[in-house]
Amino acid sequence: MSLRAVVIGASAGGVQALSHVLPDLPADFPAPVLVVVHIPPRKDNALVDLFARKCRLKVKEAEDKEPLAPGMIYFAPPDYHLLVETAETLALSSDEAVNHSRPAIDVLFETAADAFGSALAAVVLTGANQDGAQGLKTVCEAGGRGFVQDPATAEVATMPEAALAACPTARTIRLDDIPNALQAMLEE
Amino acid sequence: MADSIEDIEIQLLLDAVYRHYHYDFRHYARASIKRRLLQARTQWGYDSISEMQSAVLHDETILPRLLNFLTVQVSEMFRDPSYFRALREKVVPHLRTYPSLKVWVAGCSHGEELYSLAILFAEEGLAERTIFYATDINPTALKAAQAGVYPLESIRLFTENHRLSGGHTSLSDYYTANYDRAVFDKSLRERTVFSDHSLVTDAAFGEMHLISCRNVLIYFDRELQDRVVGLFGDALVRGGFLGVGSKENLRFSAHAHLFSEFVREEKIYRKASR
Repeated sequence: MSLRAVVIGASAGGVQALSHVLPDLPADFPAPVLVVVHIPPRKDNALVDLFARKCRLKVKEAEDKEPLAPGMIYFAPPDYHLLVETAETLALSSDEAVNHSRPAIDVLFETAADAFGSALAAVVLTGANQDGAQGLKTVCEAGGRGFVQDPATAEVATMPEAALAACPTARTIRLDDIPNALQAMLEE
Repeated sequence: MADSIEDIEIQLLLDAVYRHYHYDFRHYARASIKRRLLQARTQWGYDSISEMQSAVLHDETILPRLLNFLTVQVSEMFRDPSYFRALREKVVPHLRTYPSLKVWVAGCSHGEELYSLAILFAEEGLAERTIFYATDINPTALKAAQAGVYPLESIRLFTENHRLSGGHTSLSDYYTANYDRAVFDKSLRERTVFSDHSLVTDAAFGEMHLISCRNVLIYFDRELQDRVVGLFGDALVRGGFLGVGSKENLRFSAHAHLFSEFVREEKIYRKASR
């Protein structure tokens, strides 16, 4: 089945890691890309401006009940969980933190797995906690494709290691290879 | 994609809760409510949502616990201090022109937003002329709001938020520490009416000057958001104010024309005056 969405989770070292992935996605990349980065609960989302300058795809902060559009990168806002409401719509929530994080990677991954099933790719990058591990497992169980940054190359290996332990079928990958791997999924 | 069995079970459970108990979650945003229901199922050890549905229908004591799973929000006093600062600096000057005021905290949960407003109104000298209405569908949450007791460990954050909101008294003037808890002064709620009220199924309160309803609309689907925004429009006096959560807005609502943006970046709206 073709790729309908990409979800990415990153924590400590995540901005640097994402800089190796998001800018290399081509302007005609058709699947929406949803990103959770653990950031302090501040009001301004510096990530959006930062990546808008670097990326060929359009970058914005996700809004509640926003329709999903192709060719877009959506960042979770600080202090809110980002959820996939249906295959066509996003949602936000202020439910309690999961894995001490809001936004939490698990919340995005689990709701995305529910909406997209096997047409989903999920990527866990560098980080110093376990967030994303359960979510990645859920994605793979629903038939989606899991990718985990090679812990040896991660700034902090804890999160990729936890993800691989929870979801051994996920593919270990170097950052620079992620855009091509996602492109390849489109052509399957 | 066809609905999964789990999605069908969730729909049936929500229908059952509505038909038997008249709590209507059918238009709550689905991804979030599904997460909460699956958490409840796991925590209570049911094999399926259907099994849980049967228990909820046949054992009334489960309902309050289910409501806690489906509705309770963890919040903070003066959450998003800049919102409260905007109320203080931009809305209060208008409120001062009224001899008496009504404020509705819709979906008050454990009362953090209510006490924040009560303190702000006391600081601004408006408390004596204000009646607060604090409503929620969850009786357990309303009781907690009525008690006004929070973990002492939250106080540091609440104090910092209060300071950033432009508070010009000390938060410690309003509570007493009791072991590991902070008990807020009952004078803060002397002029508060606590009421079991559903934004989904009940009618509006009338003649409000300010409605504060933060991080409630995001739990509703578009259709229900529309109903509630219309309800708020009915409840407000002309020129009354509506504050919603920092990630909520009225832009997509069928009732958006009733309101203008008053403090755009803080999601404070004003009902048209004619």
